[in-house]
Amino acid sequence: MSTRGTAPALDRPRGVEDEERIDLDRETSRAVRRRSRVLLVDLLRPQRVAFWWCVVLVVVAQASRVAGPAIIATAIDTGIPAAQAGDWTRVWLIGGAYLAAAVLAGAGSAAYIRLAARVSQAVLLDLRQRVFAKTQRLSLEFHESYTSGRIIARQTSDLEALRELLDNGITSLASGMLFMLFTGTSLFLLDVQAGAVLAVAVVPVFLVVRWFATRSRVLYRESRVASARLIVNFVETMTGMRAVQAFRRERANDERYAGLAEDYRRNNMRTFNLNGVFDPALQLIGNLTVVIALAIGGYRVLHGDLEVGVLVATLLYTKRFFQPVQQMAMFYNSFQSASAALEKISGLLEERLTVRPAEDPVPLPDPKGDLVFEGVTFGYGSGPLVLPRFDLHVPSGQTVALVGATGAGKSTLAKLIARFYDVSTGAIRLDGVDLRDLSRTDLRRAVVMVTQEAYLFSGTVRDNIALGRPDATDEEIERAAQAVGAHDFIVAMPDGYDTDVNKRGGRVSAGQRQLISFARAFLADPAVLILDEATSSLDIPGERLVQRGLESLLHDRTAMIIAHRLSTVAIADRVLVMADGRIVEDGTPEDLISGDGRFSALHAAWRDSLV
Amino acid sequence: MSTASAQRQPTSDTPTIATLARLLPFVRPALPRMGAGMLAALGAGLCALAIPQVLESLVNGPLAGAAESGDARGLWTAVGAVLGLGLLEALFVFARRRFILTPTTHVEAQMRTSLFRHLQDLPLAFHDQWPGGQLLSRSMSDLSMLRRWMAFGIVMLVVNLVTVSVGVGLMVATAGPLGWVYLAGAIPMSFLSFRFSRRFRRISRQSQDQAGDLATTVEESVHGIRVLKAYGRGPEAYRSFSAQADQLRRTEMNKARQMSAFTFSIITIPELVLGACVLWGIWLVTQGDLTVGAIVAFFATAAVINGPVEQLGHLLSMSLNAKTAVDRYFEVLDSPNLVADPEEPVEIAEPRGEVRFEGVRFHYPDAPPADLVRAHSQVPHEAPRAEVLCGVDLTVRPGETLALVGLTGSGKTTMAALVPRLFDVTAGAVLLDGVDVRRMTRHHLRTHVAIAFEDATLFSASVRENVLLGAPPDASGDDDLERALEIAQAGFVHNLPDGVETTIGEEGLSLSGGQRQRLALARAIAARPRVLVLDDPLSALDVETEEAVTARLREELADTTVIVVAHRPSTVALADRVAVLQDGKVTGVGTHSELLADHLHYRFVISSLIEDEEFDRARGVRA
Repeated sequence: MSTRGTAPALDRPRGVEDEERIDLDRETSRAVRRRSRVLLVDLLRPQRVAFWWCVVLVVVAQASRVAGPAIIATAIDTGIPAAQAGDWTRVWLIGGAYLAAAVLAGAGSAAYIRLAARVSQAVLLDLRQRVFAKTQRLSLEFHESYTSGRIIARQTSDLEALRELLDNGITSLASGMLFMLFTGTSLFLLDVQAGAVLAVAVVPVFLVVRWFATRSRVLYRESRVASARLIVNFVETMTGMRAVQAFRRERANDERYAGLAEDYRRNNMRTFNLNGVFDPALQLIGNLTVVIALAIGGYRVLHGDLEVGVLVATLLYTKRFFQPVQQMAMFYNSFQSASAALEKISGLLEERLTVRPAEDPVPLPDPKGDLVFEGVTFGYGSGPLVLPRFDLHVPSGQTVALVGATGAGKSTLAKLIARFYDVSTGAIRLDGVDLRDLSRTDLRRAVVMVTQEAYLFSGTVRDNIALGRPDATDEEIERAAQAVGAHDFIVAMPDGYDTDVNKRGGRVSAGQRQLISFARAFLADPAVLILDEATSSLDIPGERLVQRGLESLLHDRTAMIIAHRLSTVAIADRVLVMADGRIVEDGTPEDLISGDGRFSALHAAWRDSLV
Repeated sequence: MSTASAQRQPTSDTPTIATLARLLPFVRPALPRMGAGMLAALGAGLCALAIPQVLESLVNGPLAGAAESGDARGLWTAVGAVLGLGLLEALFVFARRRFILTPTTHVEAQMRTSLFRHLQDLPLAFHDQWPGGQLLSRSMSDLSMLRRWMAFGIVMLVVNLVTVSVGVGLMVATAGPLGWVYLAGAIPMSFLSFRFSRRFRRISRQSQDQAGDLATTVEESVHGIRVLKAYGRGPEAYRSFSAQADQLRRTEMNKARQMSAFTFSIITIPELVLGACVLWGIWLVTQGDLTVGAIVAFFATAAVINGPVEQLGHLLSMSLNAKTAVDRYFEVLDSPNLVADPEEPVEIAEPRGEVRFEGVRFHYPDAPPADLVRAHSQVPHEAPRAEVLCGVDLTVRPGETLALVGLTGSGKTTMAALVPRLFDVTAGAVLLDGVDVRRMTRHHLRTHVAIAFEDATLFSASVRENVLLGAPPDASGDDDLERALEIAQAGFVHNLPDGVETTIGEEGLSLSGGQRQRLALARAIAARPRVLVLDDPLSALDVETEEAVTARLREELADTTVIVVAHRPSTVALADRVAVLQDGKVTGVGTHSELLADHLHYRFVISSLIEDEEFDRARGVRA
């Protein structure tokens, strides 16, 4: 996303940049194709042994199935005369061979199905995990423009396209090719002229396949975009259902969604129609080849240049040669569809991390919480600077209240400390170590941020608090809840701490959600705690309880508190007033209140609003 | 964390025929073309069968003993026939695809939009219970699975069954007793198919549910990304996702095992029967009860129907998956709408804007039974009761601004949501100008009642579209937009890159909490409602902005009835009167100063200035 607008170069990753585009220029198209092929090969590599076993099993099963009719022919040709002559051993032998072939065909196919599913499911699991891990690693900057719906599209409908390819059997392609190779070779060995006819027939097949490849590539690309749009729209509507209904958007949404569904349908239909030409065209080429082989062969027979028996055999081979073609066409079709999906997935996977993990992390086993901003500047993406040159020292253990109007840069400052973003220039140091040199584990143990939106995951209340520290004991979890005054309402829920927040009786109010998220932070017990508007939905008694909890919690740790309600300031050692990304006032609450600056005015106004 | 449950929905297992009957209304318009497509498929099959026949007769006829008595005309006739059949076959294949595929895409799109429409109609109570991934998987993967089955599965199933029946008929006709033996093989096959269907259906359901849950987890992991990042819980989320994805993998493997076992029998049993036929057939021939010609014809036919029989396994599993998809689809489409429009709706052209709560009781449809809650509630606190509201009586006068005050979790938000019927009361009634809101259509009611939520939902659209979301159609001009933005103190939008045309929401610029709230407020104002419901809409604003918004609201909303959920005195300042919500009832109504003087609970909830001892006493007193 960060590279948007620059000239495309092939040697650098393109990421999700071209995701919505369908008509790619030749080079770009080739580059994304290569990217998707590399990913597919990479995914299949660990499965290669199982993969080749699959091919072997298919060949065995096919061969046994083909052997059946041949054995019956022997039975009729030689078994019956022998039996009529009273010799039944031959018949028993033939019967035995037939049974063996039957069991082998069945067992081979059965084993193949299991093994193929193992390969296919292992590949899918691998890819799911890669995509999930990648989306978790990508910075917030990325997530702010790449919607959840698109990630879900990548993880669902794109993966299904790949699944179809794997299930339709890459292995059946391998066995089909083997089959065609054997048949073709046999034909050449039998009669070179008939072989030549087949060789000529390969030319139109090649042309048709190439035509299909070019056309279907564009259509399937379009299909991925259309289905992703449909999913994005669906997810957004369901997530915002409350506003949709409150503002009567149902009808307008219906129209929009129906439009997107129709786009997707049209695209589907176009791919089907393309297939509807491709498939019969191949069939037709096969049939015409048989006709030509018959005409030439028959003519030669009539002139005595060819045995009838050989003609029959060559016709049979020619016909057989085209037998797997239908299957191959189906395979190629799902290959095209999966490639388009892998183009998108591989784009997401190669997206560059803007907040990169430290390559050679400096350990910080016992963080004290001493924070230094050194000549920090910062702007979102290529936008204007939000923080123009910022210097600040927060000694360990200090509680700092950040005050200022919306847009003054308070939240940005907080996000930089939590390393949701990286500074543009300068550095932020924790205990003298640049944040960018800390391992993710050390950083998260040292710095925790509680945001205004208190998101709860499905699961129990206990799980949600334990997110602060997954190895915490039940007592520790309850102590954290008690400290912020959440314990009382939690135990009053139907299953107490084990109440599922999405289920019966698990409904919690906005304020209660914030209390749960506060308990998380208590449990995490970091050296540096950042509270960004974390108490906005609390009622006054709730806030008061949290305040008391905070007083003891923040006693010996560094804290940055952003709050519009100045009640928090009472527990702060220091107040920073920000405006336009700069600190305009800095001092103890008492000093600032008694002065005549901005904070003093703000505090007076806030004081007046209380009762 | 992130462990959604697969057992949320009852696994319905309706008879297959009943399931298919449900599809009929959607499929009906496509039926003639699908029938034509099936005929085309049969035609293609016949051509394919006829080509070898022509070749055989050519070899046996004109070409036999070629060198001496070559019959050139016969050869060219045969070549012509093969050519004709070859062209015809390709044409039939082409026709089959054209006939069947287009209508199936229409059926799919139609079912997809119907589901969407129904979901938008269903009340919030439904959406609270159904995770997004489950709905999405129904709308996308289930429906495309169904489409594939209609386009390919059902057609091939019918064609194959016809082929097999005709084939077996021929076998019985040509080789009598041998044919009956072959047919006897159908007995274990039907038994095994039945058993397979039963098992496979259960696993197929499980796998589709798990896929939906996995989608839910993905959705949550993205929506909750800030929390996960703030605590560095990416690795834990990854582990839990992996475990869930692995569970799905194992279900799929289980499915493959069932499929594998069934495939073994469906291939082996007919072949074993044929093996027996070989032996018995030869014996019959030696006894003179059967001719060699008959036995040849018998096995030739068996070879032809072998392929279709083997395909039946695959087609059966495909059909079972499709059935599961249909079941899952109709589970949602059949969910009754408990907040529906009345049969004979009442309309109020120009409401005065009086809102009355009469003995309103409310519990969420999924609330646990009352006794269960009581057993756990040893704590004297504003506990979640089975009933959130138990008998609320309150009148909001036309044009009045009333603040709802109560502890967090006391039901203020719920009460606010009852007015525009986002939920319906369980007992009692909410009346607008004396008319029960349930007697109006939701659409009509919501043109009069607008609501602004605390956590603002912005859609991926321009600022203008977001603000004018509920505006009356005649008034989507700039004046309304500017007025709403000005009242809500949302002038900051003019400084965005494209001003009011800037795209915001998930796909656009991200805004701060305070900015979002102001836009949500502007949206509610732009709707120009008679009744405006504000659910703590100023919580994320700084003191100065809040003051400015409050002042402007007081000026502008003089004629509008406003119900405002409030947590702090600065919001209460908007109100003419205040109602205190406590233990599911309104325990006091009055002006701010009246209540502050004589309502203990109110003072406890709203006052920051009471001393700590009084605070602790009040906490105890509420019991």
